Amino acid sequence: MEKVISSKPFSFGGKERDKYKLTVWEQMKRNRSCYVLLAPYFILFFLFTVLPVISSIILSFTSFNMLQMPKFVGLENYARLFLEDDIFIIAVKNTLIFAVITGPVSYFACFVFAWIINDFGPKLRSFMTVIFYAPSLAGNAYFIWQLIFSGDRYGYANAILMNLGIITSEINWFKNASYVLALLIIIQLWLSLGTGFLVFIAGLQTVDQSLYEAGAVDGIRNRWQELWHITLPAMKPQLMLGAVLQITQAFAVSDISINLAGFPSVNYSGTTMVTHLIDYGTIRFEMGYASAIATLLFVLMIGTNKLIQKLLRRVGD
Amino acid sequence: MDERKIRATKTRKVNRSLGGNIAMFTILALIGVFMAFPLVFIFNNAFKPLDEFFKIPPNVFVRNPTLENFETLSILMSNSWVPFGRYLFNTLLITSVGVVGHVVIASAAAYPLAKRKFPGDKLLFSMVVLSLMFSYNVTAVPNYIIISKLGINNTYLAVLLPAFAFGMGLFVMKQFMEQIPDSILESARLDGASEYKIFWSIVMPNVKPAWLTLGLLQFQFLWNTNGSGFLRNEELKPLNYALNQIVQGGVARAGAAGAVGLITVGVPVILFLLVQRNVIQTMATSGMKD
Repeated sequence: MEKVISSKPFSFGGKERDKYKLTVWEQMKRNRSCYVLLAPYFILFFLFTVLPVISSIILSFTSFNMLQMPKFVGLENYARLFLEDDIFIIAVKNTLIFAVITGPVSYFACFVFAWIINDFGPKLRSFMTVIFYAPSLAGNAYFIWQLIFSGDRYGYANAILMNLGIITSEINWFKNASYVLALLIIIQLWLSLGTGFLVFIAGLQTVDQSLYEAGAVDGIRNRWQELWHITLPAMKPQLMLGAVLQITQAFAVSDISINLAGFPSVNYSGTTMVTHLIDYGTIRFEMGYASAIATLLFVLMIGTNKLIQKLLRRVGD
Repeated sequence: MDERKIRATKTRKVNRSLGGNIAMFTILALIGVFMAFPLVFIFNNAFKPLDEFFKIPPNVFVRNPTLENFETLSILMSNSWVPFGRYLFNTLLITSVGVVGHVVIASAAAYPLAKRKFPGDKLLFSMVVLSLMFSYNVTAVPNYIIISKLGINNTYLAVLLPAFAFGMGLFVMKQFMEQIPDSILESARLDGASEYKIFWSIVMPNVKPAWLTLGLLQFQFLWNTNGSGFLRNEELKPLNYALNQIVQGGVARAGAAGAVGLITVGVPVILFLLVQRNVIQTMATSGMKD
């Protein structure tokens, strides 16, 4: 039977005094049980996450239609994306607009709401948590926006604006290229208080109350100073995780665009990198080209995440 | 002065001004209305009789609440080509197997990552953290190929297997397990318990809030899935798919769609209400330390 002496490195007497004498292979053998426990998860993780990322990068240099073998084409897919595909340029532009607006706004919203709610009693706090979290919890709840912004007189937005005399004839919201992006941004924000929001609520509750009292003694005079000097530094780990979740979500806008604005949306006004990827990957079956889009998206998401983490490490310093 | 002091100690809040509280509460109330309004619509629409859907101008609140939308829905469902019970069965099967499998598989992997040292531990965990930084859309194309090559396309496994290895679940579980005191594990080891036994009978009973959290996140994902293009046979499709077909029926199905809205939103919200406290407790440990 395998012997685990301690969770700390190995303590041996006699001949094997020096634990660093153990080769990697010996250490692995001693920890066989770890690998057995890890195996089910990581086999699936490699199969459905690691392998796809690697193959996506490789396929992005090929032309592949699922029927014939992939053919190496070098940088042709990337050149086509940037030089010939006008819709891709629109998709990149829309994706960046979504990310730049909904990323930071939703991140601050998650934090600020969690922070305000944190001052409430437990009952009101848990009620407000449900109200804010419900839209993202129920994935398809956004269908209701179709009724609100319905293009006819039955639509609530049209009805209200016409009653107020702001417009005289109904607006066909999701079929008008100049409204689509703005509407999708509003709806995305509505949907975006997700897991990150819960992480912040939880993080705020773990901040040691005595820190606040000590802060008051040390001359902290208002809630803003308290926020910057005590709360934020105390919950840096949650701030980092929240950022990851919000950034990833902000770059991946697609379902609401496809289901509300249509696929393709009018004049591609709601096209994003993900919808473009879905178009080539599942409709046109140009897998190499779709993989090039996926690879760019991957680089963009990881790059932004790493950059923001670097910035967040400085909070409260 | 004394009275204020008492209040301060009672609520344990220092550095709060009345003006600030009013301002904060106003902001929150305004945004709260924006957040809650669509949910109010969903709730009211479920109980509106058909004529109230086609009023100009439309009402937000239902005047004569009725259950007829749910009756219409059940008639539609019982007349559908594939019986309603089948969609319900598919969803129950996918969500229950998905939740249990994910909790067990992710916890088994989380335990060594949280509590043991072995070659590769840091690398494996950092790969999982990296996986939180991109969305599943990035891997959709190769995933489709991999699932086809494995021969599980058009089976429940095509949805379940990738979901078992959901990155956020492992991350949250590992962070939560770290707070289990090493001393309990040590004493079990001294008593001769195997690592598998320690995992199953000591660690697992101590991380119930995290099970519920992983379960909720996984349920949320699977409840909302429409089969992601993998479940092509009508008899395999989940409830969510069937319900969406009704919503897409447009004007003629407005009443039934109202009932559908309440069901799709209501079920996860009720589950969240039941486990909220556990979820918050779990998330408190889930920050990202570097």
